[in-house]
Amino acid sequence: MKIWRPFAKPPIDELLARQKDNTAESELFFRRALFALFAVFLGFLAVAGRLVYLQVLNHERFTLLADGNRIRLQPLPPTRGFIFDRNGVLLADNLASYHLEITREQAKDLDATLTELRQRIELTDADIERFYRLARRAPPYTGVPLRFRLTDEEIARLAIDLYQLPGVDIKADLTRRYPLGALGVHAIGYVGRIDETEMTKLDPGQYSGSTHIGKTGVERSYEDVLRGRTGWREVETNADGRPLRVLSRTPPTPGQHLYLSIDIRLQAVAEKVLEGHNGAIVALDPRNGEILALASQPVYDPNPFVNGIDFASYRALNTSKDKPLLNRALRGIYPPGSTIKPLMALAGLEYGVVNRHSGVFCPGFYRLPGSSHRFRDWKRGGHGSVSMDRALAQSCDVYFYDLALKLGIDRVHEFLDKFSMGRPTGVDLPGEKGALLPSQEWKRRVQKQPWFGGDSLSAGIGQGYFLATPLQLAHATAVISQQGRSFKPRVLHATEDPGTRVKTPEPPRPLSPVTVKNPRFWDAVITGMIHVVEGGTAHKIGAGAKYRIAGKTGTAQVFTLRQNQSYNARRLAKHLLDHALFIAFAPVDEPRIAVAVIAEHGGGGSSTAAPLARKVMDAWLLNKYGDFATIGAQPAQDGQPRGD
Amino acid sequence: MASRVETENGKFCKLLYLDPPLLLGLLTVSGLGLVVLYSAGQRNPDLVIGQAIRLGLGFVIMLTLAQLPPRYFRFWSPWIYLVGILLLLAVMVAGDISKGAQRWLNLGVVRFQPSEIMKLAVPMMVAWFFADKPLPPRWHHLLGGALITVIPFILIAEQPDLGTALVVGCAGAFALFMAGLSWFLLIGLAGALAAAIPLFWMYVMHDYQRQRVLTFLDPESDPLGTGYHIIQSKIAIGSGGIYGKGWLNGTQSHLDFLPEGSTDFIFAAFSEEFGLVGACLLLALYFFIVARGLYMASRAPDTYTRLLGGSLILIFFLYAFVNSGMVSGLLPVVGLPLPLFSYGGTSLVTLMAGFGMVMSLYTHRRTLTR
Repeated sequence: MKIWRPFAKPPIDELLARQKDNTAESELFFRRALFALFAVFLGFLAVAGRLVYLQVLNHERFTLLADGNRIRLQPLPPTRGFIFDRNGVLLADNLASYHLEITREQAKDLDATLTELRQRIELTDADIERFYRLARRAPPYTGVPLRFRLTDEEIARLAIDLYQLPGVDIKADLTRRYPLGALGVHAIGYVGRIDETEMTKLDPGQYSGSTHIGKTGVERSYEDVLRGRTGWREVETNADGRPLRVLSRTPPTPGQHLYLSIDIRLQAVAEKVLEGHNGAIVALDPRNGEILALASQPVYDPNPFVNGIDFASYRALNTSKDKPLLNRALRGIYPPGSTIKPLMALAGLEYGVVNRHSGVFCPGFYRLPGSSHRFRDWKRGGHGSVSMDRALAQSCDVYFYDLALKLGIDRVHEFLDKFSMGRPTGVDLPGEKGALLPSQEWKRRVQKQPWFGGDSLSAGIGQGYFLATPLQLAHATAVISQQGRSFKPRVLHATEDPGTRVKTPEPPRPLSPVTVKNPRFWDAVITGMIHVVEGGTAHKIGAGAKYRIAGKTGTAQVFTLRQNQSYNARRLAKHLLDHALFIAFAPVDEPRIAVAVIAEHGGGGSSTAAPLARKVMDAWLLNKYGDFATIGAQPAQDGQPRGD
Repeated sequence: MASRVETENGKFCKLLYLDPPLLLGLLTVSGLGLVVLYSAGQRNPDLVIGQAIRLGLGFVIMLTLAQLPPRYFRFWSPWIYLVGILLLLAVMVAGDISKGAQRWLNLGVVRFQPSEIMKLAVPMMVAWFFADKPLPPRWHHLLGGALITVIPFILIAEQPDLGTALVVGCAGAFALFMAGLSWFLLIGLAGALAAAIPLFWMYVMHDYQRQRVLTFLDPESDPLGTGYHIIQSKIAIGSGGIYGKGWLNGTQSHLDFLPEGSTDFIFAAFSEEFGLVGACLLLALYFFIVARGLYMASRAPDTYTRLLGGSLILIFFLYAFVNSGMVSGLLPVVGLPLPLFSYGGTSLVTLMAGFGMVMSLYTHRRTLTR
């Protein structure tokens, strides 16, 4: 056993045993060191050579460049791409306008310059205040805007005296414009001035000279596509910084035009029928995931946001209890209520806890074994004996209480997750919420409580912890209609090169399909959904339809009734009324549209939400756009060319 | 075995185990660095004082390490290396992210970069590994040495921190070279490396790193973004001419055209004010330090100390060369500071620790082995 003595010198014979020849190795090292030194010398010589090249051979050129910075690089911001709907109706373009800016480094006396300007054009205190606010964070050699949207008369008045006002410039720019105003705002979004937090994250090269950036909607998610690439020019300037001549120029690359999958006529119908409610309607093409309409009420006009909305208007929008700025279609989270039952039924079939014909007796309530608490059915007297088909058509709660208990929440979670429940669908719009698909693990982690049987019952009818966005419901409906084929929802239909006018269609984004053990499970659920419309809870909208609809009503409780209370819509305040929901797809044989409707505090799903979905489907499938049929035919306001 | 080499001069230095020529070289460059920093840092005295304190700390660390006999370094080499690797793994799991890269380990009170340790630990470990093996190394020994280098290299490159990964990788490569890696193999490896570059480009490098290389190849392609640094730096150097604009007279750096003029691009500010003459003088000083260091390493008593000293000195060269090359537009922009010149702390401390070891292994020589 050797004693471990780390600091002891290794015995010399051990070294010899390993055939180390220190003298030879020392000489080897010396040769290598000499070579390394030679390489080091060459390395420094290369740098020195480079310095000679820069400091001796090109000294004059660089002196010229450094001297008074006579040569400047000016960024040339690109023209932002336009946005159209799927039929080419203009949704966003750019309007030429002029603004006044001051470069402080060149303005000898800022106060005097402002006084001079006041004698020629109107300057409000708000203009001055904004100017100083913007100036604080801009380098002194850059222009800071003072007045936007100069009139022709103002330009003429200023142009005469411009030479007397060093540092003052009139600049042409392009202002983003949304000709249809509030229509489709939650999908399109808007651009606004780049703020300080954004500034720190942006590539300074690409955004120098740019003042605006997409803030929300498509404007934000496709910022990179819409923007284009900044060009620049090298200009020689005089001592005041005025350009004398352009030395070289690299033109900017304009941004791509976007064609959205949205049909603005359908969007208008959806927003119109939803008017008066807070809520959302999402319509998808189930065959490829294209969003045909994405309505969220209330809406707001994006145009004031472009050059900075005034404080009072913004506060009014922001503090309104109707929350018009909230995009309910992808950020509104609601209990899905009975609209979840088709998915639950499918899960029941898939895991074999029910079959198509197995029945449950519904006495109007359900009791957990060993408990006296009654979980009520919406129908007081009960539905009697029900099988899956009738349970869906009549929306029997007891059937699904029983089903959910047999499944257990974790199997519900596993199955519904495949339909993007509880997680974002991945739509190409910013800020989508994942909502909540509960599980035992989730409740332990977040609520610090175990999962109870009663929790499963609530989840079985889309209540309790369960939450979903309208987009998730529309997506799940689309997947059902395609019997498992699944596509990521998207609003981009095609891009177009503004120069060549070549249109590139956006390919569908397939998701991994939902598979079930027996394809006939789909038929069972879809048949149940057809019977919802044909003789079931939504029979009113089935009447007189020229195509067959499969749907499911939902009525989501906003607050919980006590055991002996009964629900009376007339006695409840509006904000405590149930949310009305409806999901549907049509035509049944060859589905071309999947819709989800949510009307907050709208009352019943069958009475309030279902008729809205019918109107949207009529518009799409039967071309019944009413007053909105001509939106596309009308030229945009003041005849602005569309760029073609 | 306690007898030491008797040096003729520098009794004080002998007592403190310092090497007078090397110390003089380091002090000259550091002093010059402070003078330049005052100008490049817009005459901000706080900057100079802060840097002076850091330099002082660096010299104290150097002095401390010089007192330890090299066998201590040898004994600790594998442990330091092991701890370094574990810390790198910890960074991967629980590190702080700053500027898009996961480099920092937060220990509550202090945040530090474990990758910095590896700049010393890798040469130490490679030297330790070859210490008792016959040189020139056998094939399987070479593989061991390469593995020691490649593992931390990959861990650091993944963070991503290409600059430090480059230093760590080169540190190992230097040690292998000094160990007597055959020329035949060396050329083969260089060929393999050239072949690996496209793979590296596609799978390892991040977008911003690719952008840097692209900008290096054609700075004019992005004159407002990354290329701005290089263009402005070249203007600063070129406008300096042969004799420079004089101390405190650099227009590029003082008018704020030169970005990072007191840190990574201080060489440009220096060259603008002191011209070709000043810049070549500085390069000569660096060359002197490297030459002296290599001489000291070649006089070291055994394999471990020789390899360690050689690769530590060459790391110093790497810093000086890569930085001056990048600032003058000869090399791509890799975030390495100019040693003893650039404002900032971490790498300064590591370098001075390295010099401490180099001094130790020279001044603790035993007469017997000569």
